[in-house]
Amino acid sequence: MSDDRRVVVVTGASRGIGAACAEAFARQGDQVIGLSRSGAGPGEDIEHWAVDLTDPAAVDAAFDAIEAAHGRLDVLVANAGITKDQLTVRMSDDDFTSVLDTNLTASFRVMKRALKKMIRQRSGRIVVVSSIGAYMGLPGQANYAASKAGLVGMARAMAREVASRSITINVVAPGLIATDMTSSLGEERLAQAAQQVPAGRLGEPHEVADVVTFLASAQASYVTGAVVAIDGGLGMGL
Amino acid sequence: MSDANFEKFKTCAVEVLQVDESAVVPDARFADDLDADSLDLVELVMALEESFDITVEENELEGVETIGQAYELVTSKL
Repeated sequence: MSDDRRVVVVTGASRGIGAACAEAFARQGDQVIGLSRSGAGPGEDIEHWAVDLTDPAAVDAAFDAIEAAHGRLDVLVANAGITKDQLTVRMSDDDFTSVLDTNLTASFRVMKRALKKMIRQRSGRIVVVSSIGAYMGLPGQANYAASKAGLVGMARAMAREVASRSITINVVAPGLIATDMTSSLGEERLAQAAQQVPAGRLGEPHEVADVVTFLASAQASYVTGAVVAIDGGLGMGL
Repeated sequence: MSDANFEKFKTCAVEVLQVDESAVVPDARFADDLDADSLDLVELVMALEESFDITVEENELEGVETIGQAYELVTSKL
């Protein structure tokens, strides 16, 4: 089926911020393909595919299939991410590298693949989901912080490379958002953390999706290489 | 120089570099004559790889500065 709706790919779309982004694009009328390990996720009009993003061949096959089915790729949201929190002295090399593999290297892989298509189209939008943890460096998150900070530099390098082709690459840095990932902190720690947020509460996934859809819109054509905090003020001054 | 292959090469160059067909001559230099930046060249390589069903390694591109040199590289792989 070919039509003139935008083709949007969201990684990590099975839940949390990724699911909220996929739903927000679908509500706008975009054709949305969600990639995640499970291939699950909300939204009847969203195609959810099971893809292991740490497997280069699987990523290639998925993008081949997307390009064959839809012919174009307008928006990529590189959102898939995991945590394996542990104090550094107790953190295994595997815990470190597996978080880097999923959060940073797999993002490189999908962004590279998307850019090949977007460069030819001479248009495209990529939004990378980093984290406030990239610059706050929370204890127990040496691996996660490294991966999320790495995304910022990587996105900016790529943004410079392709800016002349009407392709923008921006980063969002969510703070404390009410998702499965943050609920693993436990209610007590979350309540404590929420007190540190100037807004006085956790953010909702749709509040991140609203910024992501804007950065992916035609209206954001002159915004590239930006890091946009979505954190209720928690990261102000960082 | 096989005409059919050069025509195919020219089609790729015209499309990717957005230049006039008459500008795609063996002596034309990518940077000076065709106003091609590094991303244009990468795009051209990708298009040639697809069109001729070949693979070009990064190190093979060193010193390739003209249409003629690029065409020679492509045909050496056919």
